[in-house]
Amino acid sequence: MSFFKVENISISFGGVKALNEIAFEVNKGEIFSIIGPNGSGKTTLFNCISGIYKPTNGKILFNESNIMGKNPHNIAKLGIARTFQNIELFPYMNTMENLMIGRHIYMKTGIFRAAFMLGRKSFAAKEESFHREKVEEIMELLDLQSFRNRFVGGLPYGVQKRIELGRALALEPKILLLDEPCAGMTSDEKEDMIFLVQDILEILGVTILLIEHDMKVVMDISNRILAINFGSPIVIGKPQVVQNHPEVLKAYLGEE
Amino acid sequence: MFDFVQMLVSGIASGSAYALMGLAMVIIYKTSKIPNFAQGEMALAPSFFAYMLIDSYHLPFYIACILTFGFSVFLGCMIEIIVLRKAQKSNVLGMIIITIGLEMILLGFVSWKFGAEPKSMPFPISPYDSIPMKDLIKGTDLIIGTLELFTFTIALILMIIIFLFFKFTKFGIAMKATQQNQVIARAMGINTRRIQMMTWAISSFVGCIAGLLVSSITLHPYMMWDPMLKGFSAAVLGGMASLPGSIIGAYIIGILESLFGGYISIEFKSVVSLMIIVVVLCIKPSGLFARHYIKKV
Repeated sequence: MSFFKVENISISFGGVKALNEIAFEVNKGEIFSIIGPNGSGKTTLFNCISGIYKPTNGKILFNESNIMGKNPHNIAKLGIARTFQNIELFPYMNTMENLMIGRHIYMKTGIFRAAFMLGRKSFAAKEESFHREKVEEIMELLDLQSFRNRFVGGLPYGVQKRIELGRALALEPKILLLDEPCAGMTSDEKEDMIFLVQDILEILGVTILLIEHDMKVVMDISNRILAINFGSPIVIGKPQVVQNHPEVLKAYLGEE
Repeated sequence: MFDFVQMLVSGIASGSAYALMGLAMVIIYKTSKIPNFAQGEMALAPSFFAYMLIDSYHLPFYIACILTFGFSVFLGCMIEIIVLRKAQKSNVLGMIIITIGLEMILLGFVSWKFGAEPKSMPFPISPYDSIPMKDLIKGTDLIIGTLELFTFTIALILMIIIFLFFKFTKFGIAMKATQQNQVIARAMGINTRRIQMMTWAISSFVGCIAGLLVSSITLHPYMMWDPMLKGFSAAVLGGMASLPGSIIGAYIIGILESLFGGYISIEFKSVVSLMIIVVVLCIKPSGLFARHYIKKV
C-alpha cells in the first residue's frame, strides 16, 4: 500500500504541455524533492496536488483514495498543506491570527455558540484556548514568539517565510508541500530552515515534498529526488544517482 | 445654536441609513472587488416583500419583519449562486455590469408587481413622533424624532454585531482571510465559495434593514436610489475597503448634507455628497481610511 502516489498526471495551458505523464510515489516519513530548471513545471505540479489546477488525466492517490479534481479546501482538510514560492500571507493580520487561520478546519464553534456561549468555561472559550495552545507550540518550534502580535506585512523576509511554514503546520498536515522554502535567504537562514525541515519530519512526523533550487540543500536533506524538465520526468532516485545522471546535467548545464 | 444642533441630529439620523447601505456595499466589495450597484434594489425588494406580507396576508409587523430578514438572506444567496458564481470567469467590469442589470431587473419586477405610486408602510413608529428635550443646553429645546433615534440605535447595534462578527467568529475571520488572499484561504481549508455566498447574504441582510428603515418614511420603487447613492459615496469616501471608513464617511455626508440644506439650499442638498467625493478623491485618491499595503517585490 502506497502512502502517496501520483499516476501519470498531465496538464496543458493552451499549446504548452506544462506537465506530461508525471508519476512518482512518496513513502511515509521521507523528504521527497522535486528539481528542475526554471519553468519546468515544479510549482504546477504542486498546484495540481493541492487542487488549484485540475490535471487533464491521471490520478493522485493519497492513502489509496483519489484526490484529483477535489477542491483546494477539501484537499487541505485531508491533510495536505503547502507553502508558496512567493510569500502569501494575510497582510492585515498579525502572526498569531495568520497561524490561527491554519486551525480553521478544526474549529467547531458556529455563529450561535460564539454569540451566546460566553465566559471562560464555555465550549467556545475552551476551544479557542486549545487552538491557541497548539499555535503556541508551533510558534515555539519555529521561534516566532517574539513576533506574535506584529502585523506580518512589515516583518523581515525570513520571518515571513517561517510564518508561512507555521501556518501550513497549523493544519496538522500529513503531507507538507514546501515550495522553495529557502529562496532568497542568506546562508545562515538557509541552514536554520534545513534544521527546521528536519525537525518537522522528526518531531511532527510529517512527510515532506520539497521544491528547491539550492542543490546543496536538496542533496543534503532529500531521501529521494525527482528531476523534471519541460514538464516531463527525467529520473527518480537517490541524490547521488540524480546528481550524476547525464540528462539532469544536460538540463541544467546545456549540451556541448 | 439651536438650529445647528437640530441639523446635526437629523444629519446623524440620515447618516445612519447611508452607513448601513455603505457597509453592505463594502462587505461585498472587500470579498469580490465588485461595487454592487444592485444593493439598493436588493434592499427594495425585501421592503416590498414585508409590505406585501402585512398588506395582503395581514401578518403582524414583527413577524413580517422576521420573514423579510429570511427573504433577504435567501435573495442574497440566490443572486450569488445563480448569477455571480457562474459569471466569475468574466472580468470585474463584466461583474459590475451584471450588478447594474440585476438592479434593473429587481426594480422592474417591484414596479410591475406593486405599481409606482407611493404606499405607506404600517411601521410601528410614525415619522411624526418625537421626543422633545427641554433645556438640553441652557435654554435650548431640542426635538429628536423617535424614528431618527430608532434608526440610529438599530444602525449602531448592527454595526457592533458586524464588528464582533468579523473580529471574533470563525466565519468572520474566514471571511477576512478570503478578502485578503483568496488562493491561500482555499489552501488553508476555507470553503471560499461558501464564504462568498455568506458575504452576499450578510450584505443583503444589512441592506434589507436599511430598506425597512427607509420604507418607514416613504415606500415606492425609487426610494432606495438616494440612500444607495449616498451609501456608495460614503464607501468611496471611506476608502471602499474599510468598514469603519464607510461608517464615518456616511456620517460625514449625512451631517454636511443636513447643514448645507439648512444654511444654504435645500434643493441642492443631494449634490453635496458628490461634491465631497470629488474633493476628497482629488486630495486623497485612496479614500480617507484606506490602508495601503505595498507588497514587497
